[in-house]
Amino acid sequence: MEHLVYPTRGLSEQAFEKHEVLFETWHVKAEYAWDTGVAIGKYLDALKNGRLIGRRCFKCKRVMVPPRMFCEQCFRPTDEWVYVQDTGTVKTFSLCYVRWDMVRLKEPEIPAVIDLDGASKGMGILHKLGEVDPKAVKVGMRVQAVWKPAAERTGSITDIAYFKPIQ
Amino acid sequence: MSLLHTLEHPTDARVWRGNLPLYHRYTAGIAGEKFLRALKDEGKLFGAKCPRCGYVYVPTRLYCERDAAHLDDTTWVPVGPEGELVSFTAVYVDLDGHRLEKPQWVGLVRLDGASSVTMHYLGEVKPEALRVGMRVRVVLKPTNERVGSIKDIAYFKPI
Amino acid sequence: MGLRRVAVVGAGMTKFVRRAQETGRELAWEAVSKALESCEMTLDQIDCVVMGTAPDAFDGVHMKSEWLADGAGAWGKPYMRGYVGGGTGVFAPAQGWYHVASGLFDTCLVVCEEKMSPTQPHPQAAFNSIFDNITERPLGPNLLWIFAIEMNAYMNRYGLKKEDIALVSVKNKRNAADHPASLLGDPNITVQDVLNSEVLAWPVQRLDVSPVTDGAVAIVLAADSVARRVTPKPIWIEGIGWCLDTAYWTNRDLSYPTYVEEAARRAYAMAGIKEPRKEIHIAEPYDPFDYKELHHLEGLMLFDKGKAPEATALGITQRNGDLPVCPSGGLLGVGNPIAAAGLMKIAELFWQLRGEAGKRQVPGNPRRGVAQAWGDLMQVGTVVVMGK
Repeated sequence: MEHLVYPTRGLSEQAFEKHEVLFETWHVKAEYAWDTGVAIGKYLDALKNGRLIGRRCFKCKRVMVPPRMFCEQCFRPTDEWVYVQDTGTVKTFSLCYVRWDMVRLKEPEIPAVIDLDGASKGMGILHKLGEVDPKAVKVGMRVQAVWKPAAERTGSITDIAYFKPIQ
Repeated sequence: MSLLHTLEHPTDARVWRGNLPLYHRYTAGIAGEKFLRALKDEGKLFGAKCPRCGYVYVPTRLYCERDAAHLDDTTWVPVGPEGELVSFTAVYVDLDGHRLEKPQWVGLVRLDGASSVTMHYLGEVKPEALRVGMRVRVVLKPTNERVGSIKDIAYFKPI
Repeated sequence: MGLRRVAVVGAGMTKFVRRAQETGRELAWEAVSKALESCEMTLDQIDCVVMGTAPDAFDGVHMKSEWLADGAGAWGKPYMRGYVGGGTGVFAPAQGWYHVASGLFDTCLVVCEEKMSPTQPHPQAAFNSIFDNITERPLGPNLLWIFAIEMNAYMNRYGLKKEDIALVSVKNKRNAADHPASLLGDPNITVQDVLNSEVLAWPVQRLDVSPVTDGAVAIVLAADSVARRVTPKPIWIEGIGWCLDTAYWTNRDLSYPTYVEEAARRAYAMAGIKEPRKEIHIAEPYDPFDYKELHHLEGLMLFDKGKAPEATALGITQRNGDLPVCPSGGLLGVGNPIAAAGLMKIAELFWQLRGEAGKRQVPGNPRRGVAQAWGDLMQVGTVVVMGK
């Protein structure tokens, strides 16, 4: 089927740098102001106060983090707020040496999915690990949130600076 | 059950701000590259005439959208430099809604020899004399200012 | 089911390249022109067009399916776009299928296009917005996080080593050396090459990942009676399935793709398949990362949970093995233009089942194949079963 492959023209990065081909550059000017909604609004408020909060569905009995006003499995409104603990277990992790724009990092970032104590099993959240030797990170490791000082907290997931191993 | 929940205090409403930190680098394409180079280097306008249905596309295209025919170099025909003003408007606000100092005149032009219409600026305009159907002529930027962009055409002027 | 039978009667594609000079529309047309040429059909014989193309953010044109329409042959025709991220390439033929099976149209052109290279500073950046805008983006994540995290979960659950997984990358990149459209085919690559490659986000290394790619693929679908007039070797779409999992990806069991199993069950039921491992002769699961091929083979129920790596090590998934997997070379070898990659797998099954795959041909007269793709926030599974 070779004849059914069109000879598409591939270019090198240099072709652009040397302006061997014509091109236009366009910057997307897209800025957003998102309504957080009730559930995430409360999640952020709680973070500012140094707490993690979830929602419980009485039907499936799950305690969900991040909280949500309706249960996506039972498809009904959730029923009550439940504070969960700021300790948990590393479900899985990575050692990442590149940034979102592919710029290389010398020291790896350590993103992890962390099952929080007090939430239902498997109810992980995404965060980063810190104060830990990358080589020592293990699935199943017990970790503890390290909070920014109250004055620096703004109502964001980054009010937790990172999670560190519980000694 | 209608709303899941309502806020008790309006100040409880929270907003999170963000953006899309991207920009794009668009190639002109196989046909576009040739069209813009002819415009830049020779100051000439070309169309591509489909050998099957006869439709003439300006700017030139690699293919005919009506029958998928390949429009290679042999299908190129010169078009313009004059044409017919198919429609026009005056624009008074910019993309962000701010008032422009002077209105920007924009027109749709069917160049002589073309089937398709091209959108571009209109210049040297006497507003009261503008008419749909009137003849216009392309005005190019001087050779040393042309870069291989559709804006190597400065505007179309009524004649 | 009261629906008409639908066959693939033609297929064509572009070369898969890192940065195409062609615009996205020109890429779409290149694939379409080859697809029409392959079955000697003209555009006026096409009743409708289905387009699969993933984030507008790549080509950088809002509502890009409308923009691509002219190159996709859709001028003056009923046109529909589906978009489920990487799952699109196998979802689009499913959409095309029901256009024809329903009796609404006799023929359908299915086109999948992706031009990723316009995105700056790097196409990866477009994936940034896949993360939750409030609870995840502030952490500065990138797409590699998700894959690395999932890969680690899979490796950890079954006690796998990098070497076990790297075998997939080696197999596929070698297979791709025989694919005329491939970007990263390499007949000499070894497991050691993969293990020596740059660590991007451990456990993901550079040669575990498929490249950023531009490309397009197109296939022609036809109803039973029409198909037999167009070609003596129509390849029938026997089953389709698609399924979505929760968008709360951190709440999921990352070591197993339930959404693929759900989609596969539907496709197999439609195709009347009771024992997939015996009744499927070729598999083209989605392989943007080497571990994903293994993950998906298990989701497709072709191997038991945790057993796909062993099957790979035993050579079962080689082209001349008992169940060839990704004889095309997959995304790892041919390339990964997001939506077009899945349709490349469909085209591969088409050519394989007709005996037209040249050097990539799976021996033994294969009669049935399954293609699968995956996408969005790793939550959609799309599956198509084809047979002759």
